Amino acid sequence: MNPLAVKTLIVSFLCAPLFFIPAAHSETAEEKGLAIAMEADRRDEGFGDYTADMMMILKNKQGKESKRAIRSKTLEVTGDGDKSLSIFDTPKDVKGTAFLSFSHKVGDDEQWLYLPALKRVKRINSRNKSGSFMGSEFAYEDIASQEVEKYTYKHLREEEFQGELCFVGESYPVDKKNSGYTKRISWLDKAEYRLQKVEFYDRKQSLLKTLTVEGYQKYLDTYWRADTMSMVNHQTGKSTRLLWTNYKFQIGLSDKDFNATSLKRVR
Amino acid sequence: MEVNGDLSVEGFLFLDDGAYPHQKNQSASIAGRLELYHDILDNLSFSVEAYYRLDSEDDERSHGDLRLAELLYFTDTWEITAGFGRVFWGATEFVHLVDIINQTDQVDALDGEEKLGQPMVHLTVPRDWGVLEAFALPWFRERTFPGEKGRFRTPLAVDTDNTDYESSSEQQHLDLVLRYSTNLANADIGLYYFNGTSRDPVLLFSMDQNSKPILYPYYEQIGQTGLDLQLIAGEWLLKGEAYFRTGQSRSYAATTFGFEYTLTGLFESMMDLGLIGEYVYDDRNNGWLPTIYQNDIMGGLRLAVNDMDDSTILLGVIRDLDSSSTIIAMEASRRLGESIRLNLDASFFIDMDIHDPSFSLAQDDFIKLEIIWYW
Repeated sequence: MNPLAVKTLIVSFLCAPLFFIPAAHSETAEEKGLAIAMEADRRDEGFGDYTADMMMILKNKQGKESKRAIRSKTLEVTGDGDKSLSIFDTPKDVKGTAFLSFSHKVGDDEQWLYLPALKRVKRINSRNKSGSFMGSEFAYEDIASQEVEKYTYKHLREEEFQGELCFVGESYPVDKKNSGYTKRISWLDKAEYRLQKVEFYDRKQSLLKTLTVEGYQKYLDTYWRADTMSMVNHQTGKSTRLLWTNYKFQIGLSDKDFNATSLKRVR
Repeated sequence: MEVNGDLSVEGFLFLDDGAYPHQKNQSASIAGRLELYHDILDNLSFSVEAYYRLDSEDDERSHGDLRLAELLYFTDTWEITAGFGRVFWGATEFVHLVDIINQTDQVDALDGEEKLGQPMVHLTVPRDWGVLEAFALPWFRERTFPGEKGRFRTPLAVDTDNTDYESSSEQQHLDLVLRYSTNLANADIGLYYFNGTSRDPVLLFSMDQNSKPILYPYYEQIGQTGLDLQLIAGEWLLKGEAYFRTGQSRSYAATTFGFEYTLTGLFESMMDLGLIGEYVYDDRNNGWLPTIYQNDIMGGLRLAVNDMDDSTILLGVIRDLDSSSTIIAMEASRRLGESIRLNLDASFFIDMDIHDPSFSLAQDDFIKLEIIWYW
């Protein structure tokens, strides 16, 4: 926690009794948007760790497809962003390439790429977050752990989307300088706080991409994960689908599975 | 058991006649790589990578190597590998100064990025405060050099049959290395000490049995302290390497450092353009032993098209600040379908200074096409 945050906490603690006036204050759209994001985050807390297989299918305007098979491992970090490791199995020329990411609630994420042909671990600058992840329509900032603190929020309305009553809200990246977006509009179902759809608006405020999330299944009776995520780029006509299978929760991963030493022995 | 590998075909076209007799203007070669991997237990595995290249012109370039043949055993607190291994250390893009464990397979790739398998026992102990590694290297691998008919060679071809060592143990000298590395919030740092046989030989002049003049490699015993650093500063990635070496005729130091800056979404496209600037300095230049990278500046552009074929184009320029010597290198690469990669490389050696050791490359401007099939 940075000193400023400590100060804010102390100030709000000291001032708290002054504002303790029940029901006098009506929630603003910003507060409601944040509260929804925090509730969605809270509902996913405690998953611990999980692994899953991902098939990434890239499709160009002409309909030509190309596939990448990726295995992913994720570790929940209490009080900070998740750690994740993605290992490429295909295309064969990048087999064994691995991407390690430590996301942080505040400040820049830490990222490394392991290149198996050279046995080389390369640091990546996470501020290049608007760049394409492996040629897909997903940017690094889309695949990164979605920490509440990385955006500010504004609740817009409630509406039905594909049979589910949803919260519709805008979120704005805190790192405005490096993000590829000015805003995102998200649809979260009211029943379970699961992300159903996101529209991404580029730096010129025009609609760039739409993500739709489908096939939610519940794991450990608590945690919802989707089978399909489809990102369509409206400006280029290209799209990327992520097909998730083989989710396994709480298999006992630890920090030791997410460091430079383990990166060098990924298979 | 997991089995895979690749098969590649490459053709060189040289734009000028060779500087020395027997050198041809075209050459072709095929190379194959076989990789095996087997999990014996959950924490015990075996991997092998065997490599062979057949070259149409240069007998020295037709060669095989066991790039990897190692057992890996790991626990939560330490891991050990034994066998032929490959270890890379370094941060910069153009010159790899501190990478010392493996010998360079010079005849295989001019850029020095191909390495020979190194027999080793390698212990790794990761801790919260960093990673400690210890290496015992019981057998020395000699650098490969082009033969008489090969391009990219010295005026006299290096005669590896007359290799000489400072140590009386020769290839059996036991080299020892200790390394500490750590990841901080915005920096990766590595520091090591190497004691053993220098990977880069001094080339000495002599006569062979038939009184024919030759160059032969002489490998000295050295102590080397090396440092590598990758640092994130805002949008910049800063990289540096340095070493201090004792044991040769005098102690000396060398360093290379620079930056990488990436422009994402170039011209509102999916393309990323990386800008690379680096500098290298080697203090041996001072009238003692001239080296290629003694006071050079390097600039590079790396274009990632981010299309489904992973197309990339790399353009690099190396300029010697003490002379006019300039090397321009281009590498273009893309995938064809799911399992074929196409690489087109070209290098041009411009205004090469006769006093520069790289002058021997002056006639070797080339275009190379390589097709790799992965299976």
